[in-house]
Amino acid sequence: MSVKIELNFTLNGRPVNIEVPVDMTVLNLLRDSLDLKGTKYACGEGECGACTIEVDGMTINSCLMYAADLNGRTVMTIEGLGAGNKMHPMQQSFVDHGAVQCGFCMPGMIIQANYLVKQNPNLTREEMKRGLEGNICRCTGYTKVLDAVAAIVGAEG
Amino acid sequence: MSEIEKYIAPDTVSDAVKALSSGGVTILAGGTDLTPQIDAGRRRHAPTLMNIRRVNDLSGITQQKGETRIGCLTTVSEIKQSDLAPAILREAADHFASEQIRNAATLGGNICNASPAGDMINPLLVLGASVELASWKEGAMEVRREPLRRFFTGPGKTIKHDNELLTAVVFDTPGADFVGYFRKSGPRPALEISTVSVGIGGDYKDGVFHNVRVAFGSVGPTPLRGKATEALLEGQVLTAEVIDKAARAAQDDSTPIDDIRATSWYRTHLIAVFTEELLNNVCQNRT
Repeated sequence: MSVKIELNFTLNGRPVNIEVPVDMTVLNLLRDSLDLKGTKYACGEGECGACTIEVDGMTINSCLMYAADLNGRTVMTIEGLGAGNKMHPMQQSFVDHGAVQCGFCMPGMIIQANYLVKQNPNLTREEMKRGLEGNICRCTGYTKVLDAVAAIVGAEG
Repeated sequence: MSEIEKYIAPDTVSDAVKALSSGGVTILAGGTDLTPQIDAGRRRHAPTLMNIRRVNDLSGITQQKGETRIGCLTTVSEIKQSDLAPAILREAADHFASEQIRNAATLGGNICNASPAGDMINPLLVLGASVELASWKEGAMEVRREPLRRFFTGPGKTIKHDNELLTAVVFDTPGADFVGYFRKSGPRPALEISTVSVGIGGDYKDGVFHNVRVAFGSVGPTPLRGKATEALLEGQVLTAEVIDKAARAAQDDSTPIDDIRATSWYRTHLIAVFTEELLNNVCQNRT
């Protein structure tokens, strides 16, 4: 077992203090130590985007990030996106447009879509496609995902 | 997976290089290459893990006295969005992996990983970049500058010693006549390890191409400069005949192999196609 360090960071608006092995990934910290199962493990090498979260306002693959590097940072996972049981508008739009099939890629997809709209509120459909390149949906339901994001930015379908 | 005995996250470059001088250190920056390499067993952790992301003054792009300097911790996303980054570098950044990886991956990491397919390396070779390597010698920090074209010695191998930290990339800020283009190939636009990449740049004025630099990725054991292609193009008017000869020279410059991503034959073919395409772009100065 590798040496452990004490971490302090903000997770979905709440302070977290926890001891972690220094070689633990952020994804394993979230799922196994903090019991937040919304963020998904799929490829484990940054190819699929199922583990996408926001760190200091930027989306990253949590399977590639060392938990040790979270010290002092601010993290948002899918659990922190809505307000309690009320869905975030992006989540609601995905539901309204039938964008959710098996659902496994959705937490990462929605976090990434929300980030893209925050970065550029006037996102075009082409920019959505480029911005979601790192999120793979094995059900291949991309069109409805784009429709859901387009409805949020008010872009033409 | 080997055990890590010690974790450090220094704030200053001198503390970071001091830590390197005692040896047995794995450097962590963005983690986007380190994590999968450890998981796949292609790399082992040294006893000390040093996270350099908290080191001050290693991030960002600056221009001073005709020189552009990019700190090693600058992310690919930051390069993609920076007005100070030459267009050819932004172009390569735009086609680098995915948004999530661009947000984490650092320029220094992409260079030190020393993949023949490293997408930021190719445009930096075209820009004639050098790297700065810092180390701790006799109570003080020492920095040496080495041309990037001499930095790579094999797949994953460089001239950087274990006690050195690559702190920055520097190059002469391109002048008004500079044009540079980058093209990579893969089955899909995103998250693709380049099958072949070609970069061409130089000063294009009054129809003549000067100070030409050509770089190839994924066609040899290291990222390459295309010396024969450069010599052929230098000072030339880019006629159809010159472009055709350059495409053949580009094939002679490269030594592609068969691997899981493509055959040598296909790579050799692509090199000629991309070289021709990029030279036509230079003539028309288009994107």
